[in-house]
Amino acid sequence: MVKPTLVSNRIRAHREGAGLTQAELAGRIGVTRQTLIAIEQEKYSPSLELAFQIARAFGVGIDDLFHYPEPSTKDA
Amino acid sequence: MVYEERNAWSGLLVGAVVITAYVIIVLQRASERPVTEVDWLPPMLWTIGIGIVATIAISIVWGIVAGANDPDGVGRSDVRDRDISRMGSRVEQSFVVIAGLGVIALCAVGADVFWIANTMFAGFAVSAMVGSIARVVAYRRGLV
Repeated sequence: MVKPTLVSNRIRAHREGAGLTQAELAGRIGVTRQTLIAIEQEKYSPSLELAFQIARAFGVGIDDLFHYPEPSTKDA
Repeated sequence: MVYEERNAWSGLLVGAVVITAYVIIVLQRASERPVTEVDWLPPMLWTIGIGIVATIAISIVWGIVAGANDPDGVGRSDVRDRDISRMGSRVEQSFVVIAGLGVIALCAVGADVFWIANTMFAGFAVSAMVGSIARVVAYRRGLV
């Protein structure tokens, strides 16, 4: 059983907002369409380098695309 | 399905068939004589040879069929493929090490060469199967 990632992303919303297909965005960032699908569905955590490439493709910062939950008070 | 995932499926399916065939052949021959007197080398070499050739052949044919639908992405691989490949290799490595330790132990106790060779072969077979399963699961369920 694969441990789910805590990182969520808004790539699909940004992609659809930019009017890009999965194949077009995948081509721009140099991955296969299947990899982009896996990233959008949060089944694959992209490397930091790939995350920057995706963010740059939309002209936004990484924080606009990826979200990592704040630690709860009991964890702090 | 990407190129590397097709390869993982090909290896898994072919491996399951040829390893099962090898076990059946050896067990059939062992029913007629002591297992250590079974001529295991020819079926083992055939198993390895057929496994390699069949995996490549299926991957090529599958690639041709897939290429008809997606000519641009038929042979491409990317960073996720490399990550999954590394994960599969780590899984495989552990089983090869276990088999290697088993072989050393068998040599230490002076076991018959049948058991030594087949322990190593089993290690390769299990590592290949488990590695392929790990890759396929990573492609289907995710790698995070």
